[in-house]
Amino acid sequence: MNVFTSIKMAVRNIQGNKLRSFLTMLGIIIGVGSVIALLAIGQGSSKSVADSVNSLGTNLITVNITNTDTHFTMDQLKQVKQATGVKHVAPVLSGRNTFQKGSTSTTASVTGTTSSYLSIRQMTVKEGRFISSLDEKFRQKVVVLGSDLATTLFENQSPIDKYVRIDGANYLVVGVLNSKGGSMGTSSDDAAFLPYSTAQRLQQTTYITQFYAQAENQQSVNLAMAAISRVMSETYSDSDDYSVVNQQDVMEAMRAVTDSMTMLLTGIAGISLLVGGIGIMNIMLVSVTERTREIGIRKAIGAKRRDIMLQFLIESAVLSMLGGLCGAAIGVLTAKVYELTAGATIVFSLPIMTAAFLFSAIVGIIFGVFPAYKASKLKPIDALRTE
Amino acid sequence: MTEAIITMKAVEKTYQLGGQVVHALNRIHLTIEEGAFVSIVGPSGSGKSTLMNIIGCLDKPDSGSYVLGGSAVDRLKDHDLAEIRNQKIGFIFQNFNLLGKMTALENVELPLIYRGVKTKERKARARECLEAVGLKERAAHRPNQLSGGQQQRVAIARALAGQPQILLADEPTGALDSKTSDDIMALLTALNHQGRTIVLITHDLEVARKATRTVSIRDGKLQEGEHI
Repeated sequence: MNVFTSIKMAVRNIQGNKLRSFLTMLGIIIGVGSVIALLAIGQGSSKSVADSVNSLGTNLITVNITNTDTHFTMDQLKQVKQATGVKHVAPVLSGRNTFQKGSTSTTASVTGTTSSYLSIRQMTVKEGRFISSLDEKFRQKVVVLGSDLATTLFENQSPIDKYVRIDGANYLVVGVLNSKGGSMGTSSDDAAFLPYSTAQRLQQTTYITQFYAQAENQQSVNLAMAAISRVMSETYSDSDDYSVVNQQDVMEAMRAVTDSMTMLLTGIAGISLLVGGIGIMNIMLVSVTERTREIGIRKAIGAKRRDIMLQFLIESAVLSMLGGLCGAAIGVLTAKVYELTAGATIVFSLPIMTAAFLFSAIVGIIFGVFPAYKASKLKPIDALRTE
Repeated sequence: MTEAIITMKAVEKTYQLGGQVVHALNRIHLTIEEGAFVSIVGPSGSGKSTLMNIIGCLDKPDSGSYVLGGSAVDRLKDHDLAEIRNQKIGFIFQNFNLLGKMTALENVELPLIYRGVKTKERKARARECLEAVGLKERAAHRPNQLSGGQQQRVAIARALAGQPQILLADEPTGALDSKTSDDIMALLTALNHQGRTIVLITHDLEVARKATRTVSIRDGKLQEGEHI
């Protein structure tokens, strides 16, 4: 008996028991569907994280100072700028403050920084100008708005040379930035930028807790990081007092998180595939008992053990592969729906879909072996005798 | 003198039944010639089912020799017995034993499927066999759409499909009314006239008389003639 005839027989048997076949396949459908949907969503989110991290520039080095007893000052920051491989440095002072323009009031993040910030973060000015070193020197009450914040406060008007109140004091708007998009939950579009010295006064601090440095190029990132660490170690004896991190490190940390998430999801989906396989085995065992007589007839007519074994194996394989196909379709559909409703990025990977499908087929075959073996072992006279 | 198609010598079969040893077959000697129409009669419990199972290669004797169509089958493995059943024997059962999910034609095709006959030839041969039993128009019907007599005809067509050396009929009329029984018996007689060797197992003497030779079995022993 050839395999093609066996497959035709298997399909016919599955058709003959539509509801039962569907319920049997359900475990596999859910398993494969969830593998594909979850991995598409997971890979999509890790891709969007990677994109946003990359958009900050791969030359970017972030330095955080955790020691608040020994203060880091602008003079020390100037030393950092002299270090080998470092092109620009910009101090960062973050806070959230209330903005008011006429009757419109909103809170947004405020970043106090210097003129280098613009090129370090690869931002561009849409209108007006960015913070200058003069603003910094004279503690000018000027502000540069992110595009979203500008729209919120001024709607369609040009905000340039107009005043906005930040925590009750008037600031002159000197520039508006182009939209850059969000990164990891923070958007530089819904933010404002002040001269560093002005921000220090607003936030009432006198020292630097964070600054960005830009390496001359991607090759010199490590060199620059080493140089920065050297400068930092002159002020802080304990290396726990500060951290020097580049975008690669951030990306790797992110990747580790998304990778373990993916592993977890795959594990759960794998378990549901396993449960689906047990469901198939259960139904196939019932089917063998129900069809004992059929097996007897087939054997009397000349079916060998191999033929019976093959018949039941193919049946469970076809059942699980059909489930795998349905599951793949449902998985793709679910991910698409998620993409449309949540506006998230999804990434389909053909190898993963193929692997999920093949895994379902293997599950079907493995869990089909025992029932098929049981069927093939029936003695024709005993099988014919059962009603 | 025609050639013997079945030669059994000193065939024995015993069962353990509730601690008791039952001699289902007790040193059976049986020879059946090619082209014969033999009926084996006996009451229930006489061992005729066991004999049928052994003749049909569904079961193996404990001892003794059994030569079917020139080859010794008493020591063959299950795998080879399946092959022998497929090649040399056509079964006709009391309750037809058709596969309910398949059409009449597909049921007739079944032995050829297991023999590995190509689709086109298989269909043609199955059609021929259905025509031979007068059911050409019912090829696409399922067993539950056919009457008992028609189902048994399909079963006979299935038995014929493999062009076996013997037709083994186990109470072929047991589930049929007398009119249909006569039709089926007439069909079997006609097949015998075409040269088929037929072994008929029954408890019904009326039916047994249609055969050209009757053998009776009682308590596992054979006797020539219908002395029950």
